[in-house]
Amino acid sequence: MKNVKRFAALGMTAAMAVTALAGCGSSSSSASGTTTTGAGTTTTKAAASTTTKAASGSSGSSTGKVYYLNFKPEQADQWVALAKKYTEETGVQVNVQTAASGTYEQTLKSEMAKSEAPTLFQVNGPVGLANWKDYCLDLKDTDIYKDLQSDDYALKDSDGSIKGIAYVIETYGIIYNKSLLNKYCQMDGAKIKDASEITSFDKLKEVADDIQAKKDELGVEGAFTSAGFDSSSDWRFKTHLANLPIYYEYKAENETSTDAIKGTYLDNFKKVFDMYITDSTCEPTLLSGKTGDDASSEFALGEAVFYQNGTWAYNDIKGNEVDDDDLGMLPIFFGVDDANQGLCTGSENYWCINSKASEDDIKATKDFLKWVVESDEGRKSLSTDMGFVTPFKTFSDYLPANPLVKAANEYNKTKTPVSWNFTTMPSEQWKNDLGSAMLEYAQGTGSWDAVKTAFVDGWATEYKNAHS
Amino acid sequence: MEKAIKRYLPIFVLPTLIAFTVGFIAPFIVGIYLSFCKFTTITDAQVIGFSNYAKVFQDDTFVHSLWYTTLFTIVTMVLINFLAFVVALALTKKIKGTYLFRTIFFMPNLIGGIVLGYIWSLLLNGILAYWSKTLTYNSTYGFWGMVILLLWQQIGYMMIIYIAGIQNIPGELIEAAKIDGATKWQQLRYVTLPMLRSSITVCTFLTLTNGFKMFDQNLALTNGEPSEKSELLAMNIYTTFYGRPGWEGVGQAKAVIFFLIVGAVALTQNYLSRRKEVQQ
Repeated sequence: MKNVKRFAALGMTAAMAVTALAGCGSSSSSASGTTTTGAGTTTTKAAASTTTKAASGSSGSSTGKVYYLNFKPEQADQWVALAKKYTEETGVQVNVQTAASGTYEQTLKSEMAKSEAPTLFQVNGPVGLANWKDYCLDLKDTDIYKDLQSDDYALKDSDGSIKGIAYVIETYGIIYNKSLLNKYCQMDGAKIKDASEITSFDKLKEVADDIQAKKDELGVEGAFTSAGFDSSSDWRFKTHLANLPIYYEYKAENETSTDAIKGTYLDNFKKVFDMYITDSTCEPTLLSGKTGDDASSEFALGEAVFYQNGTWAYNDIKGNEVDDDDLGMLPIFFGVDDANQGLCTGSENYWCINSKASEDDIKATKDFLKWVVESDEGRKSLSTDMGFVTPFKTFSDYLPANPLVKAANEYNKTKTPVSWNFTTMPSEQWKNDLGSAMLEYAQGTGSWDAVKTAFVDGWATEYKNAHS
Repeated sequence: MEKAIKRYLPIFVLPTLIAFTVGFIAPFIVGIYLSFCKFTTITDAQVIGFSNYAKVFQDDTFVHSLWYTTLFTIVTMVLINFLAFVVALALTKKIKGTYLFRTIFFMPNLIGGIVLGYIWSLLLNGILAYWSKTLTYNSTYGFWGMVILLLWQQIGYMMIIYIAGIQNIPGELIEAAKIDGATKWQQLRYVTLPMLRSSITVCTFLTLTNGFKMFDQNLALTNGEPSEKSELLAMNIYTTFYGRPGWEGVGQAKAVIFFLIVGAVALTQNYLSRRKEVQQ
C-alpha cells in the first residue's frame, strides 16, 4: 500500500504543477518581455550601433539596424537574399524574419514586446491598422511614399497621416484552364464556342452547369475546385467573395466604409456561392475538411476547370498538368454590372515603420526601403524573384513574369477593376462568423438566413465592438 | 543538526524558489494584472478595470466552449476510468503475454498530442468519407473524435496506475473473502474496489484535469472547426488572445477564470474522493 501512496502523491504533485502552469499558459509566454524592455532598449541599441559602425567603418549615416518581420512565407528566402545583398553593399545589418503562414499577428505581438522589436512590419489594411496605429510612424516624408503611383496605395489614419505604404498589388478572380475549356467548346451541344463568350454570370453558370453534367465525358471531377472551408481556404469566400456585395453596396451608396451594411446584393452573393458548391469536385458535406492545397492541386492537375483565387496562386499551380499558356482569368461575375466589371485588384500588404524604434533604426529602415524600391537589385528581386506587381513609379520597366498577372492585366484594361473593400470588414470575428454560416448553409445544416444575419447584423455588432 | 539545516537552507531552497518564481509566480501575477488591462503588446498595457471580465460572458464562444468542455470532461473521465479499470483487471489475471499487452496499451501515451491528432484525423476522416462527412462537419463529430483520441491515449496510462493498485492488494484479503464464500462479483465489489480507492482518486483527478486542459489534440484534430464550435476551453483562450485584435485582455481574463474553474474542480474532486479512501 505504501507504494501506491507514494505513487499517488507523485502523480498528484505532477498533475498539480501541470494544471497550474496550463491555467496561465498564455500569460507565462507573454510575460517575459516586461522586465527586460525598459533597461534593454538603450543598452542594446548602443551596442548595436557601435558594432555596425566598426563593421562598415564608413559614414555615420549607417548606424541603425533593420529588422523586417515579413508577412509572406512564399517569399521568405528571397527577402533574406535581398537583405544579405544590402548588407554587403552598405554594411547595414538587415534581419529578416518570416512568420509562419497564418501566424503573423501573434508573431508580431510577441516580437513587438521584445527589446529588439521589428523596425519594419506589415498591417493588412484599416482594420489591422486600428490595432497597431500607436506603433506606426507617419511616412509622409519618406521616399517610398513619394514613389507611389497614386495616393490610393497609401494607408491613412483618420487624421490624414500616412501610416502604411502598399508594396504589392494583387488581383483575384476566377482562374480557368484554357485547354479544358476549349475542349469543352468543341463538344457537341456545348453552350459556347469560345471562352470569350463568357461575359456574364448567367453565361458562366450555364457553362459551369453543363460542364458539371458532362464531367465524365470531359475527364474532369467538376467545374469548380472544391470550395473548402478549412482555414487555409475559407478566406477565398468569407473574405474575397464577400468583397463583391460590399463593393457594389459601397458603390450604390457612394461610401467607402460603413458602420452598418445593408446587404443589398446578398442574393447575387448566394447565386455565385450556390454555383461554387453545386458545380464542384466534391460533395458539399465534405467542404469543412477541404484545404487550400486540395483546391489548388485539383486545378493544377486538371481535375477542375474553374478556380477562384488570385495571382499569388501561380506558385502553387506551376509545373503541373496546366501549362502557363493555358492559364486565364475571368472576373467573378456578379450579375450586377457584368459588362464593365473587371477583376478584383488591390492590396492588403502595407509596410509600416515602428515609431517606437530608435532614431537610428528608423533612419536605417527608411534607407533600406528606398533602396528596395529604387535600386536595380531591389527592383529586380521584387519583380522577378518575388513576382510582385508593385504600386511604385520606379517599377515601370520591371514587370513580373507571372502569367496570371498578365492575364489579369489584359482583362482589366478595358474594364473597371473591383477594389478590395474587404479591408474595411469590421473584424476577423465577422469574417469567421460569416464563414461558419456559409459552411453550415453549404452542408445543409444551416439556412441562408443565418448567412444574412451574420453578414448584416454581425457587421453592426462587430463594428460597435471594434470602435468602442 | 537543526542549526546546520537552517544555515544551508538558502542553498537548498533558493535555486528552486528562484526558478519557481521566474517560471511560475511572476508570470502568473503579471497574467492576473493583464486581465484587467487593454493591451496590444504587454509593454503598453493600460488598466481598464473589470470590462474584460464582463466581455468574457458576453462572448458566446466562451459559454459554448465551457459547456462543451464540461461535457467532454465528464464523458472522458467516466469512459477512461471504466475502460482502464477493466483492462487492468484483465491484465492482472494470469494470462499469457500480459506484460506485452501492458506495454502495447501504454504506448499511445508516449506519442505527442499533435501527432496523435493528425493520425486520428486521417483515420477518422477516412472512415467518415464513406458517408461523405468529415470530422469538422459539425461539433458532434469533433466531440466524439476527440473522445476516441483521448481514450486511446489515456487508457494505457490509467491502466498502469490501476494495475499497481490491484497488485498491492494483499492476497490474504481475497483469500479470506473466498473462504467466507464470496462470489467473484462480491470479491470485486467489496474487496478490490474499496482497496483501490486511492488509485481511483489519482485516476479521476488526472482524467478530470486532463479533460479540462486539453489543447494540442484539439488543435490537431479539429482546430476548433467548424467555426469554433468544437473548441475546448484552452483553445478558446488561445484563439481569443491571438486571433482577435483588441481582445487580448479578454483572453487573459478567460485564462484567469479557467484557472479558477480547474482549481476549484480539482480540489473538490480531491476532497470528495479522499474521504472514502481506506486506510490500512
